Amino acid sequence: MDLLNALVAFLNFVFVPGVAYGSQLALGALGVTLIYGILRFSNFAHGDTMAFGAMATILMTWWLQSLGVSLGPLPTALLALPVGIAATALLVLGTDRLVYRFYREQKAAPVILVIVSMGVMFMMNGLVRFIIGVDDQRFADGARFIITAREFKEMTGLREGLAIKSTAVLTVVVAIIVVIALFWFLNKTRTGKSMRAFSDNEDLALLSGISPERVVAITWIIVAALATIAGVLYGLDKSFKPFTYFQLLLPIFAAAIVGGLGNPLGAIAGGFIVAFSEVTITYAWKKVAGYVLPSWEPDGLVQLLSTDYKFAVSFAILIVVLLFRPTGLFRGKAV
Amino acid sequence: MSLTPRDMLLFLAVFGLIALTGFTQSWNVALGILNMGLISAIMALGVNMQWGYAGLFNVGVMGFVALGGLGAILVSMPPVNEAWAVGGGRVLLALLAGAATIAAAIFAWNRLPRGITRAVVLLAILVVGFFVFRGLFDPAVARIEDINPATTGYLGGLGLPVLMSWPVGALLAAGAAWIVGKTALGLRSDYLAIATLGIAEIIIAILKNEDWMSRGVKNVIGVPRPVPYEIDLQNDPGFVERMVGWGFDPVTASAITVKLAYSGLFAAVLLALLWLSQSALNSPWGRMMRAIRDNEVSAEAMGKDVKGRHLQIFILGSAVCGLAGAMMTTLDGQLTPGTYQPLRFTFLIWVMVIVGGSGNNFGAVLGGFLIWYLWIMVEPLGLSIIGFITAGMADGSWLKAHLLESAAHMRLFTMGLILLLVLRFSPRGLIPER
Repeated sequence: MDLLNALVAFLNFVFVPGVAYGSQLALGALGVTLIYGILRFSNFAHGDTMAFGAMATILMTWWLQSLGVSLGPLPTALLALPVGIAATALLVLGTDRLVYRFYREQKAAPVILVIVSMGVMFMMNGLVRFIIGVDDQRFADGARFIITAREFKEMTGLREGLAIKSTAVLTVVVAIIVVIALFWFLNKTRTGKSMRAFSDNEDLALLSGISPERVVAITWIIVAALATIAGVLYGLDKSFKPFTYFQLLLPIFAAAIVGGLGNPLGAIAGGFIVAFSEVTITYAWKKVAGYVLPSWEPDGLVQLLSTDYKFAVSFAILIVVLLFRPTGLFRGKAV
Repeated sequence: MSLTPRDMLLFLAVFGLIALTGFTQSWNVALGILNMGLISAIMALGVNMQWGYAGLFNVGVMGFVALGGLGAILVSMPPVNEAWAVGGGRVLLALLAGAATIAAAIFAWNRLPRGITRAVVLLAILVVGFFVFRGLFDPAVARIEDINPATTGYLGGLGLPVLMSWPVGALLAAGAAWIVGKTALGLRSDYLAIATLGIAEIIIAILKNEDWMSRGVKNVIGVPRPVPYEIDLQNDPGFVERMVGWGFDPVTASAITVKLAYSGLFAAVLLALLWLSQSALNSPWGRMMRAIRDNEVSAEAMGKDVKGRHLQIFILGSAVCGLAGAMMTTLDGQLTPGTYQPLRFTFLIWVMVIVGGSGNNFGAVLGGFLIWYLWIMVEPLGLSIIGFITAGMADGSWLKAHLLESAAHMRLFTMGLILLLVLRFSPRGLIPER
């Protein structure tokens, strides 16, 4: 019984939040890794692209809510998502046309493109703050929980409750759908194959008649969709605040690099590795330990690191991987 | 390698802009901009050493600046004796144990043969070390933070003159740069960028949470000053008499005197650093650095120690940023970890270097002054533009209220725009490298 309680506590406080956070990171890292694979630079503006996409979706959601439209138990934001994706796609395509294309044609060094993306980051950050402000915005509606802790306790008679937020399940379901669709696109369709060819060997791809501008444009549209979905899911699960999206940049990059930059499968694995390490290392294990080893009475919280150091965890994983396997766990490309 | 007439004009124009603020608004504001401009110029010099001389992409400037600020606290604040009595020694012992653990782990990694034994030994060292560290550390910290938490609750500093903290701040930053450089240099440029971004966030997290060291988000205030206090000047009959004799209001005059004193100190540091970096850049060492930057492979073939030189310049540049950080904390008179934000302390410095002209020390300094001026002035300017646009709208319309409220955020947008425009149309900056 105690072991069951320990398991439930573990599921409730570590596993479920970890899976949801991991899915969000994986979607973000997929965007970073695609840009790296096709356009060959680390896009520092990715966090702010996520913020922009989430913001566009939130504005649309508010409008829908004011009209009285709702999806019943599901959040209205899902309905607004296509609009958010479209707005973000327009923004990144415009940015590419006005900013990045010039450097691409010049064959500028990757590090110059990184600095350019820093400028884009500033502008997007300013834009988001200008339109929606710096405060927390809540836009989640619909059912809050699939199972609340109290219901679970009554159902099972255990002392520990297992609360599953509907946003957590939604996050995972949406992430799985998106990932399946993305991999189907990359592996089965002609356009997807041309993208992979372009990523593997640009010159050869050009020789075989693949239009680089088309590949780049499609990449940006996919990245806009991924970033918007990741941003909205994160916003639904936690809350929307422009600055936290900027801070997500570090775990997202950690996930992409741990998996191997340029490797989509690696990005997903990296997202979950980073998320679970953050959650397990900053979780106070006292409760679980109390069930597993009733005789042991720890004084502290049995917490390896305080939650304020969660960035340190993604950073430490990143450094270890970079030192011992610089191309990432799944053999990304190293330019 | 000296300034051309055009560069002189650019410098004159920027100082003219600052002086214009003095004439139109107040000299207090103008000197405030000048002082932070001097500090920004020093930070830009540090980044320019790393990027302009050596092509190292450091986006962790904020962390090194914050470490410099920590240096100012650790040197200049008076020690809290009760806190030292209850836990000071034990905290130091814990830190030593932590360092010894890491050293032992590295030693084991290097000395033991590859294989399962090494992994087990390494893991054992790390786990045991971690528990020893926490066992020593946690109780001591709890006791220190219990001592009068409203005003102290930390170990305090050494109680030395604050000017001595400037080199200490530089040393702290240099130490952190050594650790980062040892691990992350030699990796690809994007990886170094991510690594430095991460270390900066970690340094800020430590400053925010380790209350025993610098009170965390409770902030350390009242850092001793290297210059007199305004109130003392106002109570000094000699000073008041002289200022009244010159036709100034003593209260304003005292504020301006204090600011001028800071300007003098900062300008002296900036000029010394500028002289040093110019001499370094024009020495054989500087030519070697640029040769390495332009072609690592051939420089290595010539027998240059690329990795060693990179580490050297990374440490030097970070130390300059740390020095600027200590100076800034001295100027503010407080350490407020909550206010360190990467957009302000890392990316803005980068805008300064790129706009001013990377690879040219004078360019970096010019960029420091110019961008800091714009950073301050864009906000009122944006407000007045928005005010102009919304003048025709009906009062109380939500759009007008929203626009007026958000005008303050135009800063970041403008900085990004300036950066992109310079990168596109004048990628070598205002004063290009020669």
